[in-house]
Amino acid sequence: MKRFLLSMTLVLTLGTALLAAEPASQAPAGGAATVVAPAVQTAPAQVTTPATATPPAAAPKLKTNRAITVSMFLVIIGSTMGIVVWAARQTKSAADFYAAGGGISGFQNGWAIAGDYLSAATFLGITGLISIAGIDGFMYAVGPMVTFVTILLVIAEPCRNAGKYTMGDILSLRSSPKVVRGFAAFSTVTVSIFYLLAQMVGAGKLMQVLLDIPFKTSVVGVGLLIIIYVGFGGMKATTWVQIIKAGLLMGCGVIMSVLILAKVGMNPLRFFSEIACSSAIQDHVRVLLKHPLAVPGFDYGQRFLEPGLFLKNPIDQVSLGLAWLLGAAGLPHIMMRFFTVPNAKAARKSVIVAMFLIGFFFIMSTVLGFGAAIYLTPQKLVAIDKGGNMSALLLAQYLGGGAGTIGGDLFLAFVCAVAFTTILAVVSGLVLASSAAISHDVYVNIIKNGKAEQRDQVRVARITSLVVGLIAIVLGIAAEKENIVHLVALAFAVAASGNFPVIIFSLFWKRFNTAGIISGLVVGSVSAIGLVMVSPNMTYPKKIAADARVIYETLEKKQSGGIVLAEKELISLAKAHADYEKNKDGKSMLGLDAPLFPLKNPGIVSVPLGFLAAIIGCLLFRDRRAEEMFSGIYVRQNTGIGIAKAAEH
Amino acid sequence: MAKNYNWDAIAEHPKFRELQRKKTTFLFGWWAFATVLYLLLLLGAGYAPDLFKVKVIGNINVCYLFALLQFLSSWGIAIYYAYVANKDFDRLTEELISEIEGGF
Repeated sequence: MKRFLLSMTLVLTLGTALLAAEPASQAPAGGAATVVAPAVQTAPAQVTTPATATPPAAAPKLKTNRAITVSMFLVIIGSTMGIVVWAARQTKSAADFYAAGGGISGFQNGWAIAGDYLSAATFLGITGLISIAGIDGFMYAVGPMVTFVTILLVIAEPCRNAGKYTMGDILSLRSSPKVVRGFAAFSTVTVSIFYLLAQMVGAGKLMQVLLDIPFKTSVVGVGLLIIIYVGFGGMKATTWVQIIKAGLLMGCGVIMSVLILAKVGMNPLRFFSEIACSSAIQDHVRVLLKHPLAVPGFDYGQRFLEPGLFLKNPIDQVSLGLAWLLGAAGLPHIMMRFFTVPNAKAARKSVIVAMFLIGFFFIMSTVLGFGAAIYLTPQKLVAIDKGGNMSALLLAQYLGGGAGTIGGDLFLAFVCAVAFTTILAVVSGLVLASSAAISHDVYVNIIKNGKAEQRDQVRVARITSLVVGLIAIVLGIAAEKENIVHLVALAFAVAASGNFPVIIFSLFWKRFNTAGIISGLVVGSVSAIGLVMVSPNMTYPKKIAADARVIYETLEKKQSGGIVLAEKELISLAKAHADYEKNKDGKSMLGLDAPLFPLKNPGIVSVPLGFLAAIIGCLLFRDRRAEEMFSGIYVRQNTGIGIAKAAEH
Repeated sequence: MAKNYNWDAIAEHPKFRELQRKKTTFLFGWWAFATVLYLLLLLGAGYAPDLFKVKVIGNINVCYLFALLQFLSSWGIAIYYAYVANKDFDRLTEELISEIEGGF
């Protein structure tokens, strides 16, 4: 098997090199502009800026130095493959595969959690949002940070004490194990696939821009790498890829922040006054506020530091906030990380380490985002990518010495490689969580009644990783043209409304039982997904038609007034007519003319629904056995008695 | 489980009840605190823009400081929890385990 692994590595490395060396012809000219949506994983809405009107062909592109970028990528692939070979040799039992044998230290796990959590979208998306929407981008980052208080206080240690490898282990402790495991596995796979799809499409589009390779090739390449990481190296390889990635990302953030702050003499006050005084930022804010002429006395620069330029509906923000607060605590791939440490004390330490890393990174992202706004101007960033997702990369190029210089190319290539590692690390964690749910919950515990040989378990886990990886590739390719922005927010909403209530009740409420678990999981998840399907996130053709009509009516009015339209205007006139014809009778995916649910984020409704359904389901079907078994679970989750021994093998 | 514990007896053990009472108050109390503080940031940004734009130091305003405070308070809770858990909860747990292992 070792030889097979080595040859696969070689083939893959060579293949990537070849693919990368062959410039893509299919890459659309406005490639950069298409990255917008997927990379801002958290953004429920697009920022409306004047750039929307710019035809893609005219958009400037981010230019990378191919030779340098490709060699950086190869270094990353080569070194991570080395880890996989090392980890594969040590992965013999199911505990090795799913939980790295419980042999990861609290400190290491903290870095791995940060690596699992800070996706490319957080890095590129949050920095980008700050660079074009000001402080609202930073407001976005607060929820993903505060959620770790929930994880630290009520999730990490109880889960470590009571669980083994998956969410199904925790939920099935005192319920009908087979039914509950089935539902838990289904929910884990659904949440992970939503999350994964957004990452895969984002990765494909990012690679398309950075390496100039076709979308399909990048998705297949990323997918194959993940299959090798997870399939052979299991949790050990995944953990180390995540640790390395977190190290690179933090290093990258520190270097860039120091370089930016050095420009203002390391003085944060001067940094903030630079933002308020930048005339480019002032202009940008004036356009965002739709003031055709500057209002006298209005401080447009300072407005960039005030909330509300991007996040407009406070209720929608609270709704999203709920999904953040409780969602991360119900994400199966994050929960799984707590099974890799030897005991609850190490789990506690790992969350605290992760909180400092993640928080520090988010605070640094304000320096990066505002830095990009000051030195590169929001106008330029928006022209290259209307969501601002290339801001961090452009900033690296600028800090290294500018486009075309060796320093600029090197630093840009380095940051690109970091973004690439980031994608690999996050997707590995997701594939591993889904594969564990299928092989451990469904195969071992439902089909085999919990009696499977270690060798069989590892074999099945490897096969399911392969299958999940292949599914990710196929779905990723199929979703190229789909609007997948809402998928990550949806994953969080499903985790918050479906998973979180039942996990909490299983661990802390004596009367909780099978009926409660199933009704909570089903109602929470289905209401979150259902509300998004009828929310403004979906495409409503009639609305597109109405917008197109406004455009052509304005232009035709101008024409009839005797003004000759410019060539550009004639093109948009024809396009508006075509859009109108195509969409005027269309309906949304569910056959709707307009959204039924006014908010983009379902949390404010679906989270209470999930809790209510869990409570009602459990009270309707009382289960004495579950109540009698509670003291066992409760003592264990609090103290680790019994389980602590098992982890030592 | 290698060994059969009498869970109900442990759950009634005074040490366990002390541990559980202290932990529950601490955990859910601080969790509620962090949640409310976070919702205040979201609601404040939406409904009290005049307060949030007040400049405090130079061009830095209430909004940025309040967002930063969320990070500091999260870190603060984490450190305080680690301190209390290491000092109190872990000690009680160890005492409980040694009494059970000796007594059963």
